[in-house]
Amino acid sequence: MNKWYIEKGDQGDIVLSTRIRFARNLDAYAFPSKLDLAGKKAVNETVRDAVTRDNSGTFGYIEMNSLTRSQAVSLAERHLISPEFTTNRDGRALLLTQDESVSIMLCEEDHIRLQVMKSGLALNEAYDIANSIDNMIDAKLHYAFDERMGYLTQCPTNLGTAMRASVMLHLPALTALGRIPGISATVSKLGLVIRGAYGEGSSSKGSIYQLSNQITLGITEQAAIANLNAITMQIITQERAAQESLLKNPVQIDKIWRAMGILKSARLLSCDEFMELISLVRVGVAQNIFETQMEKVNELIVMMQPATVNASEGRELDPSERDSIRAAKVRETLLREKEDDEL
Amino acid sequence: MLCQNCGKREAGTHIKRVVNGETSESHLCSECASALGYSDVFSGLGFGFKELLGGMFSESQAAQNQLAIAERCKKCGNSWHDIVRDGKVGCADCYRTFYDKLVPTLQRIHGRTHHNGKVSRIVTSEETKTPEQLKKEKIDSLKKQLDEAVSVQNFELAAKLRDEIKEIG
Ligand SMILES: [Zn+2]
Ligand SMILES: [Zn+2]
Repeated sequence: MNKWYIEKGDQGDIVLSTRIRFARNLDAYAFPSKLDLAGKKAVNETVRDAVTRDNSGTFGYIEMNSLTRSQAVSLAERHLISPEFTTNRDGRALLLTQDESVSIMLCEEDHIRLQVMKSGLALNEAYDIANSIDNMIDAKLHYAFDERMGYLTQCPTNLGTAMRASVMLHLPALTALGRIPGISATVSKLGLVIRGAYGEGSSSKGSIYQLSNQITLGITEQAAIANLNAITMQIITQERAAQESLLKNPVQIDKIWRAMGILKSARLLSCDEFMELISLVRVGVAQNIFETQMEKVNELIVMMQPATVNASEGRELDPSERDSIRAAKVRETLLREKEDDEL
Repeated sequence: MLCQNCGKREAGTHIKRVVNGETSESHLCSECASALGYSDVFSGLGFGFKELLGGMFSESQAAQNQLAIAERCKKCGNSWHDIVRDGKVGCADCYRTFYDKLVPTLQRIHGRTHHNGKVSRIVTSEETKTPEQLKKEKIDSLKKQLDEAVSVQNFELAAKLRDEIKEIG
């Protein structure tokens, strides 16, 4: 079965995936930055026991410092954990389901960061799952909660619902038209934030962005989700219109075909070049220029990230070696797909 | 008191600034306060929490007097100053201890100060409610009745409810 980050879901031409994240803390312990290693371990094991007691076999428990650096960063590249969670791994642990759709970071910024992921646009479905897991934990442990301020979090920016809902969007045409800064300014007035999903800071490799709610206090979870959903639908409409108008230009069509050509024949592919080209190919697939399955494209985007390539090879690769392996895997996937079609 | 910057106009803005643990205070007129950029801080969304809290903030006289006593969270030992310095809250009890000081910051970050979402089990079961929570609920309910009484111009009932609220609070 395909993982959530590969499957093509609702609005899958533009929306890669949906994520709901809840921050929770235990009332009996100080927040993680005030805990020593023994305190963090006690929190991790308390939550682990509460989560796995009735769900044995559903969640695996991983102590983060038992992983190699590449294995840890690969989890972040697949968006199963935050990049921050890989920087200092002592005293941190992860509960992860087999299908990788539910992950619980322990002693990240808060004691508990529960996240549920779905393919495509599926905010309500992801919320329902997160909510039921949250209720299950709430029944067993004493959360840090205050009626006036809601769920108490280490940073007041998360206080209240302590919920971040986000969708990962592929916006190549809006990016090409220089429309992202304007969208960013508009959504920030509506209590949302948009940022690049791959790469550091504001850069957005492959034109893939994360759109999330920003305000958590004084708004219900349902209202925050409805707001995010409505704005996502508007951006989807804009991106589709922008793709259609760009594709009236033969130069753009040519770019997309050339991108496919390079990916099918290159012998060395850096991650940056790969992301640029696969973004163009993804438009071609979304617009039915190619018969390639969207799942293959989504899978390549995730599996070709640097640490994920290292992790799947089982060793640290030097960059040129990695570029060669990446090129080989991309060729294999896209050429094999062709043969599949002919059968 | 005259403005400490221009020495001309009446000082209406009291600026309290915490830098590396040293508190400095200044009294400024509104023109100088905004010229020196102090007004931005209060409207400044888009700042990190650390900058928001760690920057300058003004307090009412009453709140300042409170500040003089080095109040500490009983659970984790944090003072308000520690929270401002770290840009992080130490534990759940810090929120309860420094609630009044946090409210302006919450207003700046979220534009609201009261939770309106999901409620944890710990407050939904009556027996786990603290006396403080029960008292607050009682006052909230009386205030609601008071609003209704005023809106239908039943001032006799309103006066009675107001006394009742005063008595509990
Ligand atoms: Zn002045
Ligand atoms: Zn505390």
